Amino acid sequence: MRALSLPFIFLGRGVLGGLHHAGALSLFALRGLAGVVRLPFYGQIILSCLIEIGFLSLPVVALTAIFSGAVIALQSYSGFSQYHAQNAVGGIVVMAITKELGPVLAGLMVAGRIGAAIAAQIGAMRVTDQIDALSTLATDPIKYLVTPRLLAGILALPFLVLIADILGIAGGFIVAVGKLGFSPALYIHSTYASLHTHDVLVGLLKAAVFGFLIALLGCYEGYHSRGGAEGVGRAATATVVTASILILAFDYLLTDLFFTA
Amino acid sequence: MTTVPHPPQQTAATDQPRLRIRGLKKSFNGRTILNGIDLDVPAGQSTVIIGGSGNGKSLLLRCILGLIEPDAGTIEIDGENIIGASRSRREALLRRIGMLFQNAALFDSMSVLDNILFGLKAKGPDRNKDRASQEQEALHLLELVGLGPYVAPLNPAELSGGMQKRVGLARALAGQPDILFFDEPTTGLDPIMSAVIDGLISNCVTRLGSTALTITHDMTSVTRIGDHAAMLYGGKIIWHGPAETLMNSGNPIVDQFTHGRLEGPIPTGSLTAGTTEKR
Repeated sequence: MRALSLPFIFLGRGVLGGLHHAGALSLFALRGLAGVVRLPFYGQIILSCLIEIGFLSLPVVALTAIFSGAVIALQSYSGFSQYHAQNAVGGIVVMAITKELGPVLAGLMVAGRIGAAIAAQIGAMRVTDQIDALSTLATDPIKYLVTPRLLAGILALPFLVLIADILGIAGGFIVAVGKLGFSPALYIHSTYASLHTHDVLVGLLKAAVFGFLIALLGCYEGYHSRGGAEGVGRAATATVVTASILILAFDYLLTDLFFTA
Repeated sequence: MTTVPHPPQQTAATDQPRLRIRGLKKSFNGRTILNGIDLDVPAGQSTVIIGGSGNGKSLLLRCILGLIEPDAGTIEIDGENIIGASRSRREALLRRIGMLFQNAALFDSMSVLDNILFGLKAKGPDRNKDRASQEQEALHLLELVGLGPYVAPLNPAELSGGMQKRVGLARALAGQPDILFFDEPTTGLDPIMSAVIDGLISNCVTRLGSTALTITHDMTSVTRIGDHAAMLYGGKIIWHGPAETLMNSGNPIVDQFTHGRLEGPIPTGSLTAGTTEKR
């Protein structure tokens, strides 16, 4: 009888553990966001986080976007040419990049680069008592460490995705014109015809959500890391894995929310 | 222009301890670590707490600092219970406290100078002064702990353990606290550097008039810096008295600990039991 109930016991524990984790993460997020409306205002820290998350991630995101646009152009050409619909390549590239690949790939790249870095920075501060030292210096560690990173994540990702959109479309253009023999004017025309403000704005909204999730998970895992260097490593890994999964899950949820036939 | 930390605030009743702890309890996962701590820390004097590893000495400090919420009990600073105090009140009380962590806990993303400036800006009474004046004050604090201006631009990782502790002390003093906590300040230091750190702690009490509460395993430190000593064992303060009587307390547990004897009421575990058998 007990053997039969074991799967339910494990399932129940898993569900309760997951709910507990989600609740703790939500409260942590609320504390972090509440810091936005409380003084003091750490403008310089927000600026350095913006540079770290936004500006310094530009090369990685740019290269990813260019190659993604180029690959979509190649693959869609090979598929559409079978139905003599090659002219749709420009439209497919712009839709794929602005709606999905721009925000998702930028999000995944930043999750790997920045999520792990935030978790490691804050985790190292936790295990070396630097966070406790902040408290003893009458400084709220959540406001000082978490709030600036959340704000920077929310603001920097849309900026990165905007750049990724432009470069992704440019990558498709280079391959279509340079390799597949498209007329530049025709390709640009088909790109413009398929470029919709709604798609770009939804992509930027997705980016803001992804930026928030990446910064939140990095801060949360780092803040609660335990057990020295090994614990910091675990926090960084957990951040990248959880952030990547949540980016894909929220991508579906937001796509569904703003879906128009 | 530089300033020297001010003398401690006067309390309404002179015999009132600066810090009074009553019935403090804390458990983790059903294991009781602190089981009703009662302790008075007199104003303007140095109190030292000793006790074995894992007995909850650092936990006691963290409870006093509000870093960990105790399960029961009261912690009063000048008669005001800080447990359950509002955030703003607690922050105001924390401004009166300076803390030197065991590993100094310097911010490794900042230079030595910026670490001290952080303390000045966060807690110092002159935190709205211009940067140049604050830098002068930071250099003065470095001088106070025996370090020259050459360390100011260095990264904490470039300093020795003893120098890091001195910078940590300078940062703690930046807020001009009248209560100072020291968590194992001489652990990992050579005997000479330990004497230097002990001297700085004594100076804080005698010259600056601060109230000090130190946690240590180092019996030499106890006699050098302590006016009062207390031993934490089994979650309680089992002995409290003048520091000079610590080595001859008459309490078998305290005597075993202070003289480092394997035989006695403190269980020493299987590894040390084997050592005893060999002997």
